[in-house]
Order: sequence, then C-alpha cells, then structure tokens
Amino acid sequence: MTAAIELDGLVRNFGERTVLSGLSLSVPAGTSLAVLGRNGAGKSTLLRILATLLRPHAGRVAIFGRDLPADGWAVRGRIGLLSHEPLLYRELSGRENLTYHARLHGVGADRVEEVLAAVGMARRGDDPVRSCSRGMVQRLAVARAVLHRPELLLLDEPKSNLDPAASDLIEPLIGRSSGVTRVLTSHDPEAALAEVDLVLAIAQGRAAYLGPPSGIDSETIRGLYR
Amino acid sequence: MSPHVKHLRPLTIATLITFVAGLSLTFFYAPIELNEGFVQKIFYIHVPLAIVSLCGYVLGGIFGLMYLRTGKRVWDMRSYCAIHMALIFSIGGIVAGSIWAKAAWGHWWVWSEPTLVSYLIVILLFCTYQPLRFSIEDPERQATYAAVFAVVGGAFVPLNFIVVRLSVQYLHPRVFNLEGGNLPGSMALTFYVMLLAVALLFATLMKYEMLAKETRGQTRRLRRRLLGDENVAPIGRSAAPL
Amino acid sequence: MRVAWAILRKDLTVELRTLETVPAMAIFTVATFVIFHFGLQRDSLSGQLAAGVFAVSLLFAAVLGTNRLFVAEREQGGFDGFLLAPVDRTAMFLAKSAALFLYLTVLEIIAVPAFGLFAAPPGYGGALGGLIVFLLLVNLAFAILGTLVSAIAVHTRARDLIGPIIGLPLQIPALISFAIGTGKLLAVHTVGPGEVLPVHGAHHPAGEWLLVLALYDVFTALLAYAVFDFLLEE
Repeated sequence: MTAAIELDGLVRNFGERTVLSGLSLSVPAGTSLAVLGRNGAGKSTLLRILATLLRPHAGRVAIFGRDLPADGWAVRGRIGLLSHEPLLYRELSGRENLTYHARLHGVGADRVEEVLAAVGMARRGDDPVRSCSRGMVQRLAVARAVLHRPELLLLDEPKSNLDPAASDLIEPLIGRSSGVTRVLTSHDPEAALAEVDLVLAIAQGRAAYLGPPSGIDSETIRGLYR
Repeated sequence: MSPHVKHLRPLTIATLITFVAGLSLTFFYAPIELNEGFVQKIFYIHVPLAIVSLCGYVLGGIFGLMYLRTGKRVWDMRSYCAIHMALIFSIGGIVAGSIWAKAAWGHWWVWSEPTLVSYLIVILLFCTYQPLRFSIEDPERQATYAAVFAVVGGAFVPLNFIVVRLSVQYLHPRVFNLEGGNLPGSMALTFYVMLLAVALLFATLMKYEMLAKETRGQTRRLRRRLLGDENVAPIGRSAAPL
Repeated sequence: MRVAWAILRKDLTVELRTLETVPAMAIFTVATFVIFHFGLQRDSLSGQLAAGVFAVSLLFAAVLGTNRLFVAEREQGGFDGFLLAPVDRTAMFLAKSAALFLYLTVLEIIAVPAFGLFAAPPGYGGALGGLIVFLLLVNLAFAILGTLVSAIAVHTRARDLIGPIIGLPLQIPALISFAIGTGKLLAVHTVGPGEVLPVHGAHHPAGEWLLVLALYDVFTALLAYAVFDFLLEE
C-alpha cells in the first residue's frame, strides 16, 4: 500500500534562506501527523508544498504515490487545505463562496448545503463573509476545505478562533474521527499531540523529532519553541 | 571561472580587433557622404547599435522562454543580462540616431520614420523590465515574471514594427530611407564590419556581466559558509537575479 | 469552459454587488471627454482628432479596469483557492479577459452616446456601425493584454504603477489601428455648402485597419494563452 505522503530530502529555499533542508518522512494513509515548530520554522511552507501550491527545490515529494510537482494535477482534487487565510471572498456570502468552490471542484449543490449545515452555518449562509465573525469565517473555511471530500487534509491551526462548541462541531469533519489522512499544525502542541499518530518537530529546517507522540516529552516541546 | 561563461578571452580579443578595424574603416576608408558630410559617419555606429539591441531584446525573450521551459536559473541570468545590455545599447542607439537625424534631416526627432518610432515604443516597454523585477521580492517569482515579460516583449518587437510601419506609410508618404538599401560598396563593407563589431561587443559585455553576477553569488555563498548564515548581511532588494 | 464560467459569474456577482470598477471607468471616461474639450478648446471634433480623443479616453479607462482585475484574487486568497482545484489554469485567463471585455463593453454603452453629445463629430450616426465593430475588436485587445499585464502586476509591490507602464506600450499597436481606422470612419468630406457625409464606399479605407486590429487580437491571444499559466505558479 502506498503511503499518503512521502518526503525524501525535501528542500525549500526562500531567496538565500533555506527554510526546509532535507526533510524525509512517510505518512501512511488514514493516520494523522502533527507538525511542531516555532514561528517561521517552516510549518506553513511544508503544508503549502504538500498542497501543491509551492514547488520543492530539491528532494522528492509524493502524495498518494504521485510525484510533485509533475503530477500535481492528479492529486489536487484529493487534497483539502485549511490555511491561515480562509480563501473566501469577503463580498460574497458563505453559500456563494462554497457554491463557487463546488463549481471549481465539480461538486453538486446539495453538498454545499450539507457542509453548511455540518458547520452550523446553514442559517447564516447568506450573510456576506465580511460581516461574519472570525469564528464563523473559520467554520466556513472548514466547510470549504472538506467540500470536495478530500482524502488528505492539511490543517494549519484548524481550531484558531473557535470556541469549544464550534470545535466540537467541526470535529467529525476534520478531526481524527473523520478517518482521512491529516497533517496539522497547532498553536497548542500539547492538545495536538493527543489527536495524532505521528509527530514531526522542525528546527533549523530539519526534523528534530519524528516518531509517535509518546516518544516526545513536554521538555523537548518547550525547547522547540524557545 | 564560471561554467556558464566560456571563451571570454578570445571573444574579448576578437571584439577589440573587429572594433578597431571597423572604426578605422569608418574614419579612413569609407567616403565622406556628399550631402551630409562628416556627421554621416555616426550612421556606422547608431544603426548597428539599433539592430543589435533589437536582436538583444528578442534574444532576451528566447532565453526567457528557455527559463520557463527548464526552470534553470542560468537562463534567467542570460535573459536579464541580454535585456540589460540591449537597453544600454538602445539608449546609445537612439541618442546617436537623434544626432544623425539632426544632421541629416535637420530635426532631432521625426515621427515620419517608422523605424525610429517603433524603436522608441520598444525602449519604452523594456524600460519597465527593471522596475518590474525590482518590485517583486520573491526571487523565484521575480525570475518567472521577468521571463514572461521577456517572452511577451521579445514577440512584441517585430509585431510592433509591422504595425507602426503600416501606420506611417498610411499617414505620411515615405520620404526618408534609414536603411540605405543601396549603399555603395565601400560604405556597405564598413557598415557590415561595424555591425559585426557591435554584435561582438554585445556578446562580450553580456558575458562579462554574467561572470560578474555569478562571481558575486559565489563570493556570497563562500562567505555564508565561512562566517555562518547569521553573520552575512542579507542581500538587499535587487532587480538582478541572484 | 465550465470553470471559466464559474469564475466569470463570481466576478460579475462581486462587481454587481460592489460596483467598484465599471462606474469608475465610465465616470473617468466622461470626465476625460470633458477634459479634452477644455484642453483642445473645440466644440466639436472630427476625423483623426475625434478618433484620437476617443481612443485615448478608452485606453485610460481600460487601464483603470485592469488595475482592479486581480486584486480580490490576491488579497482574499482567490489564487490559492483556484490553484487547489483540479482545473485547467487557462480558465482563469478566459474568465478574467471575458470580465474585462464585458466591463469595457458596458462602459462604451455609456461612452459612445456621451462622446456624440460632447464632441459631436459630424456624421457620427452614420459611422456608428463601423465604430461598434472597431470597439469590439479593440476591447478584445485591451482585455487580453490587460489581463496578462494585470496578472503580472498584481504580485508586485507597486502594482498600480507597474501595470500601466507595462501595459501602455503593449497597447500602442491596438491604439494605432483603432485610432487610424475610426479616424477614417469619422472623416467627413463636404458635398455641398454646409452639407456633410461620412465616407463610404466599396473599398472602405478603414477596412484594412480592422484587419490589422483583428490580427493583433489573434496574436496577443495566442501569446497570452502560451504564457499565462506561468503567472499562476509560485
């Protein structure tokens, strides 16, 4: 069985600065990976590379056995990205935004209603996004990310701006119980560890730790963010 | 020496010899033109400059295309240096051409000469190449966008010439002939030697610029390795490829 | 095509809701006509002068529309959202140039009568048919090049400056053919005292400029189609 994600010596530079220098790992399908590291460690960069939005500068990246960036077109529809930005148009309503993305992905209108209801936004679905609170925007962004039923979810701090009730609401969509392969970053590493099978800690562009959450202690984690 | 810059020494010597030969022909061999007098000799400079710079723009476009196809940074470097040199050459060409126009036609600028007008438009377009590069921070994106610009600009050069020529023919009856289609033999020889000399000069200067850029990059890499990343000042905003 | 239509619909919805671009373009064009009136101190324009004023006003309005074209995609994550979808990148180019083409067309529905009112070229009514054909073709050139330039400029720091300075030289061939062609249309020759007629004939002198303009459209479309995908990648 092919792994959902395979990295071998992944390098990504920004100008002269090397953000990721030689990451290698393998994530089996159906498992969850937490990516830890302080701000600027390259967590978001890694997520963007996996989402086919950034190309690797060296090394091999394969998603579902297809090499990036050459085969990006083949896996693009199977990936859902929840990034820092909601990727929603402010002037359009939540429903219109989702309908637009549904058209891009070739998904039916009934699925739009389904995800709107799932994130508890069915009633407020016609409000323009600019008038929504940040928590509501985040819920819409979750709806957008899972709209096309992706097999791989890339979640950049998925629970930011969400109150506990909303967190519980989106849990079946993007949580461990969704059953899909997940890569997530979090502003709350301790909480993230509880819901993943694998942990990757990035420091100086390299893997400072790669293994099960049980193998990393809170002291090491605190060291990462120091 | 850089793997991308070869044959620099023979090229430099060849340029020097051809240039000396061309200038000797210009001043001592080519006859003084009867109507325009001595000033006409600038013709042997500005027309080759113009032709070579236009070819330089098109070359920049072809290199840009190569960058888009291969993604290799050296093509971006070539494209940048070609356009940079072409811009310098064409500024020289248009200034020299203007002096010649004053001597030959009595005006610094004539709108009825399509070659001149379309040349101006091309210069206006390529003047924006550096500002465009300068205002894109991410070096990779800078290279890609500059390459797209170079391809569009390179293709625009011939097309623009056709349209402007058509329009001038339509609006003004043709009075002047810049190309001098039937030059007497001695003038033609001088012209072609000068054309070759300017073309060689273009190639040489372009290679020197590439070498300088690559050496700078190498020095920076060495400094970073020796002193560590933190101790080397980050490179300032730049229009040039790294 | 399905995707291009989805993007176009999205753009038109946003434009209808915010009325950011087209009204600004229209007001700008009419204001330019008025400015030209004061600059030139003429009560009516004809021939090449009329065509020139009209063409330049349209080009400036096109620049205005071009500047806004990709701003929402850039600032609200539209590029990323689009790139995440398994669709052909060319759809974005098609949709954006179609949007700009429509904006220009709507603008001209206002600008053409306004020009007749303020510049009052003799024989304007008779030349209207030819003018419309020219307008459609020049809109195409403005839209194609505008989309290309806008996609380049939107990722630069000084996008409001970079866009126009790259765009204007590239638009000059289209401007030349449009201005000379419509100049022929708006030219008048006096038949009797005080009686004027627009130029008509089997070999219409404007015809060849229509051809030049159409060829420029085709050429720029092919060029933009070839390079546009690269502008969406990071």
